[in-house]
Amino acid sequence: MSARLESGSLEAGYNFAYLDEQTKRSLRRGLLKAVAIPGFQVPFGGREMPLPYGWGTGGMQVTAAVLGQDDVLKVIDQGADDTTNAVSIRRFFQRTAGVKTTLRTEEATIIQTRHRIPETPLRSGQIMVYQVPIPEPLRFIEPSDSETRAMHALNDYGVMHVKLYEDIATYGHIATTYAYPVLVNQRYVMDPSPIPKFDNPKLNMSPALMLFGAGREKRLYALPPYTQVTSLDFEDHPFELPRWDQSCAFCGSHESYLDELIVDDSGTRQFVCSDTDYCSQRSAQQEATA
Amino acid sequence: MRALLSVRDLTLLYGPEQGCQGVNFDLYPGEVLGIVGESGSGKSTLLSVLAGRHTPDVGQVIYHCPDNGALNLYQASEARRRSLLRTEWGFVEQNPRDGLRMNVSAGANIGERLMAQGVRHYGQLRQAGLQWLKQVEIDPARIDDLPRTFSGGMQQRLQIARNLVSSPRLIFMDEPTGGLDVSVQAQLLDLLRGLVRELQLAVIIVTHDLAVARLLADRLMVMRRSRVVEAGLTDQILDDPQHAYSQLLVSSVLQT
Amino acid sequence: METVIEVKGLSKSFTLHQQHGVVLNVLEDLCFSVLAGECLILHGSSGAGKSTLLRTLYGNYLPAEGSIRLLHQGQMVEVVGAEPRQTLALRRTTIGYVSQFLRVIPRVSCLNVVMEPALARGIAPGLARQRAGDLLQRLGIAERLWTLAPGTFSGGEQQRVNIARSFMVHWPVLLLDEPTASLDEANCDVVIGLIKEARQAGSALIAISHDPSTRNAIADRYLDMTPSEVNHAC
Repeated sequence: MSARLESGSLEAGYNFAYLDEQTKRSLRRGLLKAVAIPGFQVPFGGREMPLPYGWGTGGMQVTAAVLGQDDVLKVIDQGADDTTNAVSIRRFFQRTAGVKTTLRTEEATIIQTRHRIPETPLRSGQIMVYQVPIPEPLRFIEPSDSETRAMHALNDYGVMHVKLYEDIATYGHIATTYAYPVLVNQRYVMDPSPIPKFDNPKLNMSPALMLFGAGREKRLYALPPYTQVTSLDFEDHPFELPRWDQSCAFCGSHESYLDELIVDDSGTRQFVCSDTDYCSQRSAQQEATA
Repeated sequence: MRALLSVRDLTLLYGPEQGCQGVNFDLYPGEVLGIVGESGSGKSTLLSVLAGRHTPDVGQVIYHCPDNGALNLYQASEARRRSLLRTEWGFVEQNPRDGLRMNVSAGANIGERLMAQGVRHYGQLRQAGLQWLKQVEIDPARIDDLPRTFSGGMQQRLQIARNLVSSPRLIFMDEPTGGLDVSVQAQLLDLLRGLVRELQLAVIIVTHDLAVARLLADRLMVMRRSRVVEAGLTDQILDDPQHAYSQLLVSSVLQT
Repeated sequence: METVIEVKGLSKSFTLHQQHGVVLNVLEDLCFSVLAGECLILHGSSGAGKSTLLRTLYGNYLPAEGSIRLLHQGQMVEVVGAEPRQTLALRRTTIGYVSQFLRVIPRVSCLNVVMEPALARGIAPGLARQRAGDLLQRLGIAERLWTLAPGTFSGGEQQRVNIARSFMVHWPVLLLDEPTASLDEANCDVVIGLIKEARQAGSALIAISHDPSTRNAIADRYLDMTPSEVNHAC
């Protein structure tokens, strides 16, 4: 399969990237606010998308708002370009915008993602668009929306550490492994979307622009490039990165996030890079130098 | 000695004679002020206005901070008010469910105020939790249990611990013994008496139970239909009430 | 000897709103003073206002008119119209009241009841406990009762616990309302002994007692409360 796909056939009768221009402008106004206040949730007037809530409508609206004719789009789902959802969303933008798409992280100008950040380091000029189910990091402990908004406004975050305390009391360590809450620019507490905590350090001082869209909850938030992002923890229980004993069965990487696969009926396990592009490029490189 | 809280002409009315009006008093450190009256007298309204929860129509509540600053409660920002209620002030709700997080452990409930103040050491938080559970006579082994599994009296004591952990100077209590069995009430009142004395707390307590008022309060304000009809030393009001309504109230209490 | 209690023009009445506003004038234009080390006995028939006077001096009843001045921490202080916290400060260090009845608080042990006035003055718990034990022993309260709450004690036992509590600390002013009622002769003597010790230590006492032997043992002066007699004490 060629790494760069040609533009697909453009569907007639749709505005560029599906949404009308006024909607895109209103989304961009929201995104500008979000960028101006890193980590702060901005409400927006979400539109009906041709797929139900829970399937990436927020991320797609953000992508649609910032997509231009010359952009190169990559779409991943749990790190893979080839899952059903990633394929569908990529095709959606091919059909409604006719933009070039790619599987390679370093070639993309916009990367829409569900639940992972690519292993390949991002560069200045790239935009990451995250699909977010629940934007509110305090929701699990404070069900009232007016109360959580007051907490964010008044920097009243004591309750956030209550959850972490509970984890340590129950499990002996902080048990949150994904959607691990972070403090942005030393001001707002943010949910980084359900990326594994392994990816949290990639958010800190990234050269890329990070945009987050929650379609069902109708919220936008953003991290401008080079923003300070720290994961919450306790002094005596600091944030730790998970490590695997294994390496990737395909490319041998010991540094990337590994998925555990069961490959046969007797339960044989294999560990494989979650980031398909990263893994295939490494494998190709190894074959070339072999 | 300077007053801790100065209240002038405080008024919040929902309707004619519903709410509170024209309330004036000064509260000194270590004083326990009881607000008594029957249902509808406005005592709960007065308490919530004093505690920064409802903006009054007229009047001021001035809090004198330990560093000699004076804070006009309703001129200050919402952030300042909330911060005050988390640190130097406490509020014990009538129903402990309203004053606790029911879905996190007792230890987390107690530690929350400390976490809000920036304590980031798990070990320290746990120690504080154990210490305060002992203070309020709850078995420290229950530190990881959910408040859901506690009896009403225990929940109420947990609520008190949750408030006291930040060493407040002033605590508001809304019928803290309402709904508890008599023996449980006795335990709670005894605990409160001890803590008030030991920690030199100023307390404003709303109660309809005159026996509770006599036991805990140094001074009383009797409310009827939004107004304070009589105020003074507790035993003087209960033994020598001057106002017709106070006399009615006192004479209506059943003797065992 | 210095004046510790000074009362001028004191009047007290009760308006019973529940009974059609009936007004009872109990004290009218009362004047007297008491010196340190002196015991003044209030004399008069039942209903003459003896208990009322004691309670008014203590701040338990609100005077209608007049002045009550007490020697508090070296200065004469006006009690009438004082703020609640001032009255409580007076009650903590200067003016003690021995009533006929013990106020029973559930769960508080006999020993703690007795110790409380000392603890309120900041006296070390160890010392307080020591003195409390001595007094209880002197008043014949068995040691096995010390950790129990006095709610279940007999009237006489409660009375003696009350006395112990009252004599825990030195009171410049001590008001006694029937201190020996419901006590047998032996205990009566103990209480009289305590009262004499207080008098010797410089307390000014005002007492009510219906028992002639008690009165004779402690009295320095009498104040006759019978209405027609009362005025000429000024």
